[in-house]
Amino acid sequence: MASLNNFEEATFLAQSRDESFHVAEVSTGKLKKRRHFRWWRFAVLAVAAAYFLIPLFAGIRFSLQDTAGKFSFETIAALPSAPGFSAAFWLSMRVTFVTVLISAALMVPTAIYVHVRVPRMRRVMDFVTVLPIVIPPIILIIGVLFVAPVWLKASPYLLSLMYVILAMPFAYRSLDAGLGAIDLKTLTEASRSLGGNWVKTIWSVVMPNLRSGLMSALVLTLALALGEFTMASLDLWQTIPVWIVSTNGLPNGHIEIAAAMIGLVGACVLVTLIVSLDRSQSGRGKAGTK
Amino acid sequence: MALRKIKTALLAGATVASLTAVGISASSVAASGASSVNWAKVTHLTKTGPTSMKALVAAAKKEGKLNVIALPPNWANYGQIINDFKAKYHIAVSSANPDGSSAEEITAITADKGRSSAPDVVDVGTSYAVTSTGKHMLAPYKVQTWSEIPAGLKNPKGYWFDDYGGYVAIGCNSTAVTTCPTSFKQMLTETGAQGYKIGINNNPTQSNSALAAVQAAAIANGGSVTNVAPGVSFFATLNKNGAYVPVIADLQTVESGATNIVIWWDYLEASGITPAVKGWTVAVPSDAAVGEYYSQGVSASAPDPAAARLWEEYLYSVAGQNLWLKGGARPSELAYMQAHGTANKTLLANLPAIPSGTKSIFPTTGQISAAATVVGSTWDTQVGSGA
Amino acid sequence: MSNTDVVALDPDSRESGSNATTRKSNSWLRIVLRKSGPAIALAPFFIFTFLGLGIPTIGVIFKAFQGNNGGFTFSNLGQIVHGVYLTGFENSFKLAFLSSIIPGVLGVFLAYAIQTSKSKALRRLITAVSGVFANFGGVNLTFMFIATLGSTGLLTFWLNAIKLNPWHFGFNLYTFSGVVFVYMYFQIPLMVLVITPALVGLRESWREAAENMGASNLRYWYHVGVPVLLPSILGGMLLLFGSAFAAYATAESLTTGIIALSPIQIGNFINGNVISNQVNTGYAIAFGMLVILSVTMILYGLVRKRASRWLL
Repeated sequence: MASLNNFEEATFLAQSRDESFHVAEVSTGKLKKRRHFRWWRFAVLAVAAAYFLIPLFAGIRFSLQDTAGKFSFETIAALPSAPGFSAAFWLSMRVTFVTVLISAALMVPTAIYVHVRVPRMRRVMDFVTVLPIVIPPIILIIGVLFVAPVWLKASPYLLSLMYVILAMPFAYRSLDAGLGAIDLKTLTEASRSLGGNWVKTIWSVVMPNLRSGLMSALVLTLALALGEFTMASLDLWQTIPVWIVSTNGLPNGHIEIAAAMIGLVGACVLVTLIVSLDRSQSGRGKAGTK
Repeated sequence: MALRKIKTALLAGATVASLTAVGISASSVAASGASSVNWAKVTHLTKTGPTSMKALVAAAKKEGKLNVIALPPNWANYGQIINDFKAKYHIAVSSANPDGSSAEEITAITADKGRSSAPDVVDVGTSYAVTSTGKHMLAPYKVQTWSEIPAGLKNPKGYWFDDYGGYVAIGCNSTAVTTCPTSFKQMLTETGAQGYKIGINNNPTQSNSALAAVQAAAIANGGSVTNVAPGVSFFATLNKNGAYVPVIADLQTVESGATNIVIWWDYLEASGITPAVKGWTVAVPSDAAVGEYYSQGVSASAPDPAAARLWEEYLYSVAGQNLWLKGGARPSELAYMQAHGTANKTLLANLPAIPSGTKSIFPTTGQISAAATVVGSTWDTQVGSGA
Repeated sequence: MSNTDVVALDPDSRESGSNATTRKSNSWLRIVLRKSGPAIALAPFFIFTFLGLGIPTIGVIFKAFQGNNGGFTFSNLGQIVHGVYLTGFENSFKLAFLSSIIPGVLGVFLAYAIQTSKSKALRRLITAVSGVFANFGGVNLTFMFIATLGSTGLLTFWLNAIKLNPWHFGFNLYTFSGVVFVYMYFQIPLMVLVITPALVGLRESWREAAENMGASNLRYWYHVGVPVLLPSILGGMLLLFGSAFAAYATAESLTTGIIALSPIQIGNFINGNVISNQVNTGYAIAFGMLVILSVTMILYGLVRKRASRWLL
């Protein structure tokens, strides 16, 4: 393995030159590399866009047709005014909010603690947090409903608790990737030796550096809670996904797809709004800014 | 003197006591007539008294709600049935999990026990009714028209009773296909070149109509309701010909063009596809007529036992049975109603006819179970061999 | 520069020393607290997980060994290691494996392409949208693909116009590879989301340093980029594996059983309309899936250990 020491030296030099990196960029050779890179990036994004957007377009196109196959907004327009929409909407909002709260309160400290204090537990955590994804949701909810006390079963927030479990693999994996990317040991030692207690360390030092991991975890948990159907349906709660399936008047195949498309686009809009509430200024767009 | 005093006292006491007793029993009779009937334990209605139809309606209205589960609005006209029930009795009906499976319905009874939103009644495949009876999840109840339900279509103690049924039918988009097949054999001889895109509704180990379709195909190819191997190889051949589309065929797949022929229950085609697709024809295949009934049950832990029983009475009244008929399904009391002229003649005429010379076969739960085992172990290797 | 398996230093250790004797009773308590520290700190997580996840898992294991008519038995297990159920395990494993490697690699490339974009709004938008797409699946996803690449699909129609109809060249959406292709729709966004935090940690200064030492693009990735990302890539692939392994509704609606897959078989028994009295066979299959997952976890652990050795 080539000169790690040289590499560290070079890194130090480069770090101190980070401010002027775009000056270095202009020198020949690097310009060619950037152009090359731009082509590659464009190709990847174009193929990805085609793969994700064409089926979406096909779905939306179908939902904008009425039964005669002609273009029409009627199927989409009918949905928000259908009975039960606002009740379902607000239920989904409440359940999602509680899910995100509990997930954040539970997963973030736990992930940080495991990384800092008991790294040997990481394999155990890997296994435990992958389990929820492998057990079919119907089995999970049946199991929980059998042991839960009636007062808990009567509350929609039992769903929130189950969603925290369901989102656990996604949340933990995102946090794990984020924690693995920062020098947690140095950060926490530095902060503690400067006199900060654990809470301050986590809140003011670790979390800001975990921005990306937290964002991924948040987005995945939000989207899961907003779109989950099986458990909500079996637990007899009318969240938005459940309500969507229940609105069925005259037979119309377009309505179900229209509802699914609205759910998809609506969730995208909602999650994007929540994500853009984070007003952090992370400057340049290159991967890695420290 | 003392003795006479004692006798008088005793006599007076006895008189008072007996009068009080009569008074108490009289008032308790009056009281139970109003509110002390435990409807969860009622197994049938009486003509008069505290368990009469009138009392049932009053008690159900008092409960004020009914929880049904897994009843899609376009399944045998349940949408209208629910609305008519609501309009007639002013009882709120909450319809949970409309696309749920029979297994989910049964699970909901135990998993949601104690909740006010637990299901009151279930409409499931007969084998599920039998299994849940064995697990003491259903309460016995015989509707007023109990005798009109044929003996083979009900549990003798009243734990479950068939509600409606239909035949495996070939639905076809006549505007998209040159000739609509009217038999299984026809589907084979005319291959994918004809543009046949045939689908069934989900996999046969999971869906009653799909399994019945395989049984019908088996019968059409020399097999039987238990010897379904010919049916499996029929679909394998269809797949090889490029004529079989292995998706959950329904209105959506027809409207998007993915399938133009759907083998499904005749009543589901009639209420689910025919109204929305112009030129949709529904025919019972001429080489096999396989039918099946679904079954009703009242939950033993129903949160609204009176409303549950009122619902059953409504479904098995002439009005209710004709509503199922309107949905294209054959209600279980149809034979009786036809004999007594109470079946709606127009609706009756709309049912797809059984081709002459074709024998109607209704497999028993045992035969269905045996067929499911065979299909389950051969479907993927045979039909999916090209996949 | 290794970020893996750091030995945790305890900043509290500076407390011990001079005043130790006078604080004898306090330090005993401190030792107990410190030793049980992990247990207390992790208790909320493990209690919560036990209640919501552990109990159903125990239920699965328990019911797998219960006969369909009650009583302890191995017959369910005996049934599921043969025939179509064994094929189901094999197919499910193959499907999950392919659906973790292919979308895993593609996801890393896509994440990098997005992450190096200069537009912060675009990156934010794609992050949000990825989360939604990662949770999208089932009947609606299948429909979208049938409407695109089915024999009468939109894309098929367009390609047919330029004489490139894939169906005429033997393409068939309703096959094993078709399922893998459709699975990528939620697997790739998932990978993008879980690898981006690691990509963000890939310092620009390292890249500069490598280039200044004369490393080509490829050498940079081989010696610096991939080794640093590898633990997170493997972790992401494990997640993708689990996700594809247990995915049910998409495969069911796309193939309706012509490919034997364990989740579909579980659905037949536990969530079906035909077979009412073999629920425990379904639980036995779920138990089998847990066993396969455990074995995969062991393999994952071995690969990860080797990967961290590459870093050094």
